[in-house]
Amino acid sequence: MIKMENIHKSFGSNHVLRGLNLDVPKGTSMVIIGGSGTGKSIAIKCVLGLVTQDEGTIYVDGKDAADTTDRDAFLARFGMLFQGAALFDSLPVWQNVAFRLLRGSLKRPKEEARDIAIEKLRRVGLKPDVADRLPAELSGGMQKRVGLARAIAAEPEIIFFDEPTTGLDPIMSGVINDLIREIVVEMGATAMTITHDMTSVRAIADNIAMLHDGVIQWTGPVADMDSSGNPYLEQFVHGRAEGPIESVR
Amino acid sequence: MKPIALLGRTVLGLLAAIGRIALYGIDAISHVVRPPFYGREFASALLNIGWLSLPVVGLTAVFTGGALALQIYAGGSRFNAEAVVPQIVAVGMVRELGPVLVGLMIAARVTSSIAAEIATMKVTEQIDALVTLSTHPMKYLTVPRVLAATLVVPLLVGVGDIIGIFGGYAVATGTLGFNPAAYIRNTVNFLEPLDVISSLTKGAVFGFAAALMGCFHGMNSGRGAMGVGRATKTAVEGAAILILAANFVLTGVFFSL
Repeated sequence: MIKMENIHKSFGSNHVLRGLNLDVPKGTSMVIIGGSGTGKSIAIKCVLGLVTQDEGTIYVDGKDAADTTDRDAFLARFGMLFQGAALFDSLPVWQNVAFRLLRGSLKRPKEEARDIAIEKLRRVGLKPDVADRLPAELSGGMQKRVGLARAIAAEPEIIFFDEPTTGLDPIMSGVINDLIREIVVEMGATAMTITHDMTSVRAIADNIAMLHDGVIQWTGPVADMDSSGNPYLEQFVHGRAEGPIESVR
Repeated sequence: MKPIALLGRTVLGLLAAIGRIALYGIDAISHVVRPPFYGREFASALLNIGWLSLPVVGLTAVFTGGALALQIYAGGSRFNAEAVVPQIVAVGMVRELGPVLVGLMIAARVTSSIAAEIATMKVTEQIDALVTLSTHPMKYLTVPRVLAATLVVPLLVGVGDIIGIFGGYAVATGTLGFNPAAYIRNTVNFLEPLDVISSLTKGAVFGFAAALMGCFHGMNSGRGAMGVGRATKTAVEGAAILILAANFVLTGVFFSL
């Protein structure tokens, strides 16, 4: 469903992606792992057009994403949970969740949008009384859940999760991981998750891809992760300081 | 050679910045006439920029008008011209001090708030979130604020002019012994339609500049708290300079009419 071919991206002299190739089949959950600053988020942002790659092509359903004429329709196929949730401070929770349903091509009547938002909040384990609160009044874990509810509100075909458990305690991380897995299976969506939390990897992934030095060093089913024989992946999975990945970056 | 190279880099950097701001302004104007339109955001911007700025504009104008009356009286008394206080307060407030002071207060209050808000949205990925939710940040964030400021700042300037003149009137009739009816008559008779037109035109241009600088620097903010702080500071500085430069140009234009 998503195919990234020879993606290059540099910021000045910092060559973040150096020929990334990745294939994410429809209905599967791909988790990209790798150290901080290795370009995992940039890869996802390239797919969404938030960052334009210097070289390479990204195909979504076999079509070059760069050739998209109806950008609104293209983006309507995606949902994204941002690392810090990225909720809009000035809007109450329900309007954050129903943002896409209150404007643009997916616009619905206000009451209907609110009902959908409350239903999605319930789906991520939040009570209806949260709906009228402002994001600043919520804890980090609740904000992540609201972000998750927003990502799934318009029932997208493809969902991106950027560091879904960063900054959360282990219990809340487990809750978010379970929710992501349930939602992806339930909706039949294609998912791409970025994380360096190995617990999340095992909970969420069908397939994993190890990104280092701007290229995918190893990709395969999560079941093969512990017997990959790939030195980069093994060092990362076991959290060793010694190995091909420099600990001082 | 180093100082010359530094000077060259600074000038080129400044010209590049002016070019980027100009292109951003043109882009903003082009989006004003293209749907979708975000009425709620526009109404919210009208309220924030217009209504909520009234107290600070009113206080600035009333004190300035009062001080102006005292200065003109003191200066005029040196050559027996104390009687011109109503006329000079009126023309000084309407043609110059009203628009400029309101513009600068808007730069302080509105430009800073817009820049800080949008820069924070940028560093917390809210701008990226807007894009993924099929919402153009230029249409959703910039156009409502720039349009609201362009429309509402002239009204603020008009209110500031009236309050400033009232400040002069209060001081002149309360402490300088002017006759209230004569003061009002002299003010009204002396002002010309072009004075008011120039005042309101300046207000529209200053409002546009103030909101544009806030949006531009917010959108181009660097990372972290330092990035937000720098964007806010640069936006206010840029807006203030742009307002004063535009005031000089507009004054020249209206002076020649």
